[in-house]
Amino acid sequence: MSLASTPPDIPTLPKSLAANPILSRWVNVHTDGVVDVRVGKVELGQGILTALAQLAADELDVDLAQVRMLPANTASGPDEGLTSGSMSVADSGPAVRLVAANVRALFVGEAARRWQVDAARVTVVAGRIASPQTPDTTSYAELAESVDLAVAADADVPVRTLEQQRVTGTSAPRLDLPDKVAGRARFIHDLRLPGQLFGRVLRPPSPGARLVAVEVSRVADLGVQVVRDGSFLGVIGADEAQSTRAVEILRGSTTWDERDTLPDEDDLDTYLRAGPHEPIPVVEDDPGTQQHDRGLRATYSRPFIAHASMAPSCGIAWWQGDGQLAVWSHSQGIHGLRNAIAQVLDLEPESVTVEHAEGAGCYGHNGADDAAFDAVMLARTVPGRPVQVQWSRADELSWSPFGSAMTADVNATVDEQGRLTSWTYDVWSQGHTARPGYAGNPGLLAATHLEAPWTYSAPTDPPAARGGGTTRNAVPIYGIPHRRITGHRLTETSIRSSALRALGAHMNVFAIESFMDELAQLVGQDPLAFRLAHLDDERGRRVLQAAATAAGWGQDTPDGVGRGIGFARYKERGAYCAVVAEVEAEHDIRVRRLTIAVDVGRVVNPDGVRNQIEGGATQATSWTVKERVRFDRRRVTSDDWERYPVLLFSEAPRIDVEIVPNPGLPSVGAGEAAQGPTTAAIANAVADAIGVRVRHLPLTADAVVTAIESEQL
Amino acid sequence: MKQRYSLTVNGAQVDVEAEPETSLLTVLRNDLDLKGARFGCGSGLCGACFVQVDGAVVPSCDTPMWSVDHKSVVTVEGLAGDDRLHPVQQALLDEQAGQCGYCLAGVLVSAAALLDTNPRPDEQAVVEALDRHLCRCGVQGRIVRAVVRAGQEPT
Repeated sequence: MSLASTPPDIPTLPKSLAANPILSRWVNVHTDGVVDVRVGKVELGQGILTALAQLAADELDVDLAQVRMLPANTASGPDEGLTSGSMSVADSGPAVRLVAANVRALFVGEAARRWQVDAARVTVVAGRIASPQTPDTTSYAELAESVDLAVAADADVPVRTLEQQRVTGTSAPRLDLPDKVAGRARFIHDLRLPGQLFGRVLRPPSPGARLVAVEVSRVADLGVQVVRDGSFLGVIGADEAQSTRAVEILRGSTTWDERDTLPDEDDLDTYLRAGPHEPIPVVEDDPGTQQHDRGLRATYSRPFIAHASMAPSCGIAWWQGDGQLAVWSHSQGIHGLRNAIAQVLDLEPESVTVEHAEGAGCYGHNGADDAAFDAVMLARTVPGRPVQVQWSRADELSWSPFGSAMTADVNATVDEQGRLTSWTYDVWSQGHTARPGYAGNPGLLAATHLEAPWTYSAPTDPPAARGGGTTRNAVPIYGIPHRRITGHRLTETSIRSSALRALGAHMNVFAIESFMDELAQLVGQDPLAFRLAHLDDERGRRVLQAAATAAGWGQDTPDGVGRGIGFARYKERGAYCAVVAEVEAEHDIRVRRLTIAVDVGRVVNPDGVRNQIEGGATQATSWTVKERVRFDRRRVTSDDWERYPVLLFSEAPRIDVEIVPNPGLPSVGAGEAAQGPTTAAIANAVADAIGVRVRHLPLTADAVVTAIESEQL
Repeated sequence: MKQRYSLTVNGAQVDVEAEPETSLLTVLRNDLDLKGARFGCGSGLCGACFVQVDGAVVPSCDTPMWSVDHKSVVTVEGLAGDDRLHPVQQALLDEQAGQCGYCLAGVLVSAAALLDTNPRPDEQAVVEALDRHLCRCGVQGRIVRAVVRAGQEPT
């Protein structure tokens, strides 16, 4: 599509760079030779800064060690929107390459000017600049003060070819890992600014609760300051332990007006289908008539799923004397956060600066932005003093937005030859994004608790151009003549949901790929053969066959052990991923092994891709066999690790990842590709092991018993 | 009322003043500027804050200061020698066994304790020793491989 509007012989700037064309916003070269690179994407534990540093090192012709990746900053760095949707390598990669190539060209030009030599013959090796026309050499360090980078990027500067890249494509070790294994201060939780105070927030006991009264005198002797604005209640103190203690005492000193606002956790199907909905038509083929064909229908579902990040969310805010507000956050979108803070407090966005600081692993829109705003609200009462707010584990598990529960109906027909003739798919869900600024709403938790409260709009979905939300991956990759595919997004919701790794693609791929197995069984075909018979996409075929071959597809499995396959191309335009799962299903479901093949186009860091796929598949295993947010009609009850259990070391499957090479094609992200295929593969393996289809997540022993009982009815 | 406590942390004698019920984790992080042990849950259920107290692996978030007076505490910062990492730290780097890394400090403390008593653990022994730790990024496989490898490296 882009080729139609942009002739290939007229270079244009990559999207991120067109929005931020000045080189010095991205790169600064210091007189000690260190090259600072500041991108708009943020480190979420996924290793993105290492991959981008590799690209920069190749274009600059410097060693990786010479590149220093700086944290994203709204004031001094480029705005690249969100770090989400597995788009960072695709968005930021081309920008970083062209920026670095421009910087190199400017330094080469300066050297050529000084030496009065031909710039085309100037070489750069490991940061050393030379020319065959002069015995002199120079370096980035020596020229740093002579080269002005406050100029716009030139789209004509050539970038390195595949063959010229030395660092890109190698498994360069993660730049952040040495600090992390040494236990050095690295996370936002470890930051201690001069005069910093410790804030804690006492969240309401339930989403519908309003604060009626609080006996502040109970904490009078703890040396803390209590802050109240409507139902927002917090404390600030110099001693972290005292702040924590004060919140616990206040918890017993408050009166709340609570209401039942939550749906029935055992009947989310009714809740999701009741509406009102916004219909999202995705495909509307002529349904045709297949009245002589055989048909099959099924319903699948998943519950609400929590981010369950290892660290509680944390934020730091500092109201400075000159009307400036400085904020540190592990947000995925620091510019959106800045604008949302300004919106709630009626500030000029330019008076707010947000800098990214690393949190624990982030898998979507969690409590990061909310914790930052908590800190802003508390710090406002102590101008000149930075305040750090850290959430409790219970708040992390109950107040971070959840990945929405979803339910889907699939209905398909096959002809006498066992070929798919029609496919109807309807999926019901809450929306998958409520990030700061969505639908014009700041989307910040504490803002909904203020005396003059903002109310949440229902979560919405990213546009189809960014992969959609409810309907992400709702279109099967397989060739089917007649299809009708529709999403139904709830427009009145009672649970806060937002982006969780893969959004609706997790559920949709689980449903599609489970149903493909059910159809294969109906027509008496092997599940892999049935898929291949309907799959023209060559990259997809290679990935499916690679996973199957590596897993020993077709070989017998021991009694009680089942094997299943799941496959998708993420967002229908991203990474291809096929997973073969091997499970034991005797008492509990135990995932023994996952064999995975993936095609992400040009690989920037092979070990980084493997790590992301392994991690995604392990997390998806946890979602599949264990996870479900629990609540009664009033409160979220799964607020600790016992009531929201996640996968243990002893439950983690062995994982083998094969990268199917495709170096000539653009890089696409790996972070979310494994979620749907892993869940589908496990579900299919369970069906293979026990002969009964379990269509509702999580696949616990109870769910298996329920499925067996319903088949016997 | 704050009390005075005397303990050994990573081999050094330290005196601190704290409320008796204040957690060891808070004192390590705020009074002793040792940020390696991380707060994860506050109830000993995730492993991010694990340290050794007199050789036993305990959750420092759930360990009150009154209980560690005159005891010896080892945190992740105490595992490395002067100029080289502990073998299990090196093995984690060699295996690139980390994503966000928030769980790693606690994992390393448990793994080092395991290697003290079982210098060449097999996979099963490592899994058992780490089963009190949670890792949300899904790096369990790499971590187990790294700890087994640490036991096999020549010392």
